[in-house]
Amino acid sequence: MNIKSLFETKAEKLLNIYITAGFPKLNSLEQIIPALSNAGTDIIEIGIPYSDPISDGPTIQMSNAQAINNGITLEAIFNQLEKIEVNTPLVLMGYFNSILQFGIKEFCKQCKNVGVSGLIIPDLPIDVYLKKYQSTFVENELSNIFLITPETSEERIQFIDRHSSSFIFAVSSSSTTGNSKNIEDSQEYLQGLKEMNLNTSILVGFNIRNRSNYEFVSQYASGAIIGSAFIKHINNSQDIIDDVSNFVKNIK
Amino acid sequence: MKNYQVDTNGYYGEYGGAYIPEMLYPNVNQLQYTYLNIIQSEKFKKEFEDLLKNYVGRPTPLYYAKRLSAYYKTNIYLKREDLCHTGAHKINNALGQILLAKNLNKKRIIAETGAGQHGVATATACALMGMECDIFMGAKDIQRQAPNVERMKMMGARVVPVHSGSKTLKDATNEAIRDWINNPSNTHYIIGSVVGPHPYPDMVARFQSVISAEVKKQLDTNPDYIIACIGGGSNAMGIFYHYLNDAVKLIGVEAAGHGTETNMSAATLALGTKGVLHAAFSKVMQTKDGQVIEPHSISAGLDYPGIGPQHAFLEDEGRVMYDSVTDKEALIAAKLLSKTEGIIPALESAHALAYLEKLAFKDSDNIVINLSGRGDKDLETYTKFDQNEY
Ligand SMILES: Cc1ncc(COP(=O)(O)O)c(C=O)c1O
Repeated sequence: MNIKSLFETKAEKLLNIYITAGFPKLNSLEQIIPALSNAGTDIIEIGIPYSDPISDGPTIQMSNAQAINNGITLEAIFNQLEKIEVNTPLVLMGYFNSILQFGIKEFCKQCKNVGVSGLIIPDLPIDVYLKKYQSTFVENELSNIFLITPETSEERIQFIDRHSSSFIFAVSSSSTTGNSKNIEDSQEYLQGLKEMNLNTSILVGFNIRNRSNYEFVSQYASGAIIGSAFIKHINNSQDIIDDVSNFVKNIK
Repeated sequence: MKNYQVDTNGYYGEYGGAYIPEMLYPNVNQLQYTYLNIIQSEKFKKEFEDLLKNYVGRPTPLYYAKRLSAYYKTNIYLKREDLCHTGAHKINNALGQILLAKNLNKKRIIAETGAGQHGVATATACALMGMECDIFMGAKDIQRQAPNVERMKMMGARVVPVHSGSKTLKDATNEAIRDWINNPSNTHYIIGSVVGPHPYPDMVARFQSVISAEVKKQLDTNPDYIIACIGGGSNAMGIFYHYLNDAVKLIGVEAAGHGTETNMSAATLALGTKGVLHAAFSKVMQTKDGQVIEPHSISAGLDYPGIGPQHAFLEDEGRVMYDSVTDKEALIAAKLLSKTEGIIPALESAHALAYLEKLAFKDSDNIVINLSGRGDKDLETYTKFDQNEY
């Protein structure tokens, strides 16, 4: 399913799980994606491993390094995704340099070809996107997903809202991924966001580890994004399909 | 007059920009909108100039190296940045940025360091201003530049070892950026070279431009050549700055490591391709998948797989000629300067000196070399080289 269609039909208590491609094994996506989908994950976010992930904390850094060591490439990710058939919307997350080297046009074409409908590129600034890449994204039915943080001004949030088409990724606190800050400390921020009544749905990510965090943010937004906690859970897994299902079932 | 400086959008031709995650937007945006007003204000200029004069010891001499000139049969001048307080040009930028940080009401300073010179300069500036200071340094560099680690600690800075990636400058920079993301409101990040998102490359170049402003005053006529080593490119940008529109041949010397034909090199312009590293679009040493390659140079300050966007632009424009010298050539040049002039250069600066072996100059030429730093920190490496251990 296209990510936009998902938000047209359902926009509450959505669970988005992030997994680094090529982790823990080179071909793990082929098991993890169907398992996530079967267990009821609403959105699957696939990370493109990068040598210098500046927005990420130690856990996702580790998964990136291990995946690169396993030999993952963007080309391999597309080849793997082509073989996987799921109805759950797929989003690719990656740093701009990986996509730039692949070629933006070719990247977008491949995304469409393998059924990816959303992109998160944290270090592609919105003004550069609007000027240079928006038309290519739109042509390939790709929804670009922007981040906002507790430091983002209201004016800028409104601007980002106007240019969003599926959801906005609200970072729960000013931090890199995998922080151990208390999600309850973000209450005021999340309440404020809710009261802005944006056109675009919001999913909250960073510092979300378990069911109670997920339930908590779902009071204010359309759902939650979990990354580092999931990566930790499947690191050294003996039975990956089982562990993936357990993780999701413990959340929702 | 051709414009080689940054445009209003933060680019040098296609290079530069600010490829930052949203988490850094408020800080970087604030810098973009305020830096010129602050650093061009009379109050700032007065304070900065006073510190450069009375604290750093500027102007640094432009020294005519008589015996080295006789050896090479030409005229060689050394711009003695090694005589700056803390022993390298890095202090010019650290003081400029800490004054800026005070203007922005920041309470805490972070910085990355390779050779430790920028870390020492930043720790010094923080001690001077009474600000909290965390320096990120690759675990490998902590080992090979141990004296500088002790200096930073003595001045009250915390030195945070970085164990990710190649455990050198690139990874220290990543970790500093991550710290800034986690501490967005009270912290200023003092980047140590003309790298990073706009406005850093321009801001750092302006703070370092004092080097060429002084050389202009110190020489009656323009030199024929100016030579500087390139890590990120700040000492080079500083000594090129006021000569960009003059008829002077400018040469930037990168670290070839074991040689640009090997996979142990840090010569980014020779080996790199266009890409984004540390939030700027420039040349980057990377695989075809865009994974950044771990570089190699014997000199920790040049061991970096990127380069400032202005240098990438100056190369494309044909304004500056870039070349590289190997670890070994730099070591030999350091030894030569020590023996002929009684000046032990930093390993970084030794790369600029080594280029004299490759340059086809005339007897009558005047050559200015930026002696960006002193070599105390590199004594262990020099000793090993002397004992044929390298
Ligand atoms: C003495 C000295 N020279 C040169 C450099 C390289 O940096 P840049 O190219 O920014 O001048 C360093 C960096 O640590 C240094 O310590």
